[in-house]
Amino acid sequence: MFGPLTVKPSNSKGDKTGSWRTQSRPHYLHKDCIACKMCLMICPEGCVHGKEKNAFWADYNFCKGCGVCADICPKKDIAMVAEESPIESKGEGR
Amino acid sequence: MENSPLFKSGHTACAGCGQAIAARLVVEASGANTIIANNTGCLEVFSTKYPETAWGVPWIHSLFENSAAVASGIEAALKYLGKKDAINVIAQGGDGSTGDIGLQALSGMLERGHDILYVCYDNEAYMNTGVQRSGLTPFDTNTTTSPSGGQSSGNLRPKKPVPEICSAHGIPYVATASAGFPQDLTRKVKKAISIKGPKYIQVHVPCPLGWRHETNQMLPVAKMAVETGLYPLFEYENGVLAARKQIVPKPVEEYLKLQGRFKHLLNNPGEIKKVQEIADNNIKKYNLKLEVQG
Amino acid sequence: MKEFIEGSHAIAEVIKSCQPGVISAYPITPQTHIVEDLAQIVADGELKSQFVNVESEHSAASVVLGASATGVRVYTATSSQGLFYMQEVVFNIAGMRLPVVMTCANRAISAPINIWNDQQDSISLRDSGWFQIYAEDNQEAVDFHLIAYRLAEDKRVMLPVMVCMDGFILTHGMETVDIPEQDKVNKFLPSYKPLYKLDPGDPMSMGLLADPDYYMETRFAIQETMRESLSYLSEISKEFNNVFSRDYKDLLVEEYQLKDADKVIVAMGSVCGTIKEVVDEQRAKGKKVGLLRIISYRPFPYARIYEALKDVPKVAVLDKAVSLGAYAPVAVEVKAAFYGKKKSPKVISSFVGGLGGRDITLETIHEVFRRLTVKEVNFDFVDLKPELLKEEYGE
Repeated sequence: MFGPLTVKPSNSKGDKTGSWRTQSRPHYLHKDCIACKMCLMICPEGCVHGKEKNAFWADYNFCKGCGVCADICPKKDIAMVAEESPIESKGEGR
Repeated sequence: MENSPLFKSGHTACAGCGQAIAARLVVEASGANTIIANNTGCLEVFSTKYPETAWGVPWIHSLFENSAAVASGIEAALKYLGKKDAINVIAQGGDGSTGDIGLQALSGMLERGHDILYVCYDNEAYMNTGVQRSGLTPFDTNTTTSPSGGQSSGNLRPKKPVPEICSAHGIPYVATASAGFPQDLTRKVKKAISIKGPKYIQVHVPCPLGWRHETNQMLPVAKMAVETGLYPLFEYENGVLAARKQIVPKPVEEYLKLQGRFKHLLNNPGEIKKVQEIADNNIKKYNLKLEVQG
Repeated sequence: MKEFIEGSHAIAEVIKSCQPGVISAYPITPQTHIVEDLAQIVADGELKSQFVNVESEHSAASVVLGASATGVRVYTATSSQGLFYMQEVVFNIAGMRLPVVMTCANRAISAPINIWNDQQDSISLRDSGWFQIYAEDNQEAVDFHLIAYRLAEDKRVMLPVMVCMDGFILTHGMETVDIPEQDKVNKFLPSYKPLYKLDPGDPMSMGLLADPDYYMETRFAIQETMRESLSYLSEISKEFNNVFSRDYKDLLVEEYQLKDADKVIVAMGSVCGTIKEVVDEQRAKGKKVGLLRIISYRPFPYARIYEALKDVPKVAVLDKAVSLGAYAPVAVEVKAAFYGKKKSPKVISSFVGGLGGRDITLETIHEVFRRLTVKEVNFDFVDLKPELLKEEYGE
């Protein structure tokens, strides 16, 4: 008989840590993006997605709102907006 | 949907965790053909709480201090199976599990010459248990077991020089890196895994909770540690200093004032001077100063 | 093939035939001859193992843990302080359900430092989730290692096994031992096929944090597996007998002259050889005495002990370990086997002897039988030297 022992990554859904956000979330402006991917590289959650210019987005299901992506963006193309703000960008709500 | 199948979203690190950034960059640089042995610590707890795992590579946690020895066993088994050349073995842990309680196991792994990359995520205290000082806690840091007070200005001793201790084993590659310089970290991991034998990389990883800074200050804090000379970035190859990141040194106060753990020093020029001396010694020792043409 | 051979050499020979992929150990008396021999066997190319010399027992256990998790058969050996130093890894290996096999060359625990035999080391780790089987002689010690791998790697089991053999008495004792031939070993012990392993082709995480929602089931599962394994031991014993023609019955206990016995000693390990000699001598004089030897200490064979001793009027348990501040470890468990049952010995007396290598002589055993009367002895040492108990400190 065996109890809880191992977990395969394919069976792991992860916690929906987006619910941790209380103050602000990153809003990807999609204006001056040069697809340098620094936001994607630096995100502690690994929840930034995208390949092409002006097409990056953070998965709010997991984003904890730390703001590091907005800080690293060389083009200031990511703005931190209040969590209550109605602003939505395409894809970000997924 | 995940951008990194090797270290997935949904782990429970604090917002803005430097260690989470570094750990993902390390496994991405090493690639899917990697087996990781992880010490107990924040990273282990926030990435593998049953029944979830953030890891897309084979990953094992045994105890607080033995990842270097567990990885040694993994490497030996892969050698026996004739699979070692195809698979990277990484052992990793925090500063306490690496430089304090796990130093013996690490030294054994290095001395035996195993083909393993050891990565130390250095957030400069026992963060998982609530910010107690470790051997890698900097001088004068306020932690829960090295509190500042009427008779103390925080941690009594400077950081234990674990990279130099590792290098003294005569291993082929030792480097320091920082979550504030992600491309540099990636480059060093790729370089390390291309070298056969034991390798050691120590990554400076800001901890917003323990260092007491805002989550979005991860980068400025990490960068300032390097730019003041308090956290020099260097590479040792076969015991010889082979490369270092040169800086135009900034006063240490610029670094200290960013973090609550050093708040007690700000009105204490005598103590700041002592911290400045540590930075100056590093700048001299590693020849960090960039001579600006003028 | 029969050889007149030192116990440690015999163990190294049988481990060679089990072909572990990774061996790791740290030297400690009286385990050293085993691992020295294995190092030489590997150096001579007779065994294609990775022999990892480590800087501590903690790392020895950690190395075999990591190697076992990577899917290869592993071996380590230790003793006394070494076993204690690897204690947290010992528990960890069982919790991770890794089929590690270890030899414990039983030795006393410091302080005072003492390199001679008792069973305090392994007995102190009785709660770790490892099987513990105790050998009486070197033939058993050899055979039990084969059985250990079969048991540990059984898909229904997947738990580590500690083969306990008395330090010096067995490890350094010369006996004639039938060293199992390789073809027979291959027949009895198939190559190891792990249930799960660290493999980039099929990644998984092992050793996860289990919070209160998940932890207890891990312990329940080991407890259940231990209980079920009582019958697996006799299955494996039968198969062992088929291949090697040596019958260890159910591998739980050995009954020696128990029929109609009115006085029986219960013990474990090499001391049972001495007890058997006294039993034979007494039987020749018409005295109804016997021995119940416990082979499997973990899992503890309560039902089997009940069956064997329920009609015996007087039982003495001879422990070679203590639980300071409480009754002796084997004695309490033997007594527990009868609590609340219909039948029971009238007397179960408890004696502790042989600590730190003090000889348990034929006379010691005679003394135990003499003191086994209607007056139960809850706990007493045998062979104490009262003249050494006169030191006084303090005011």
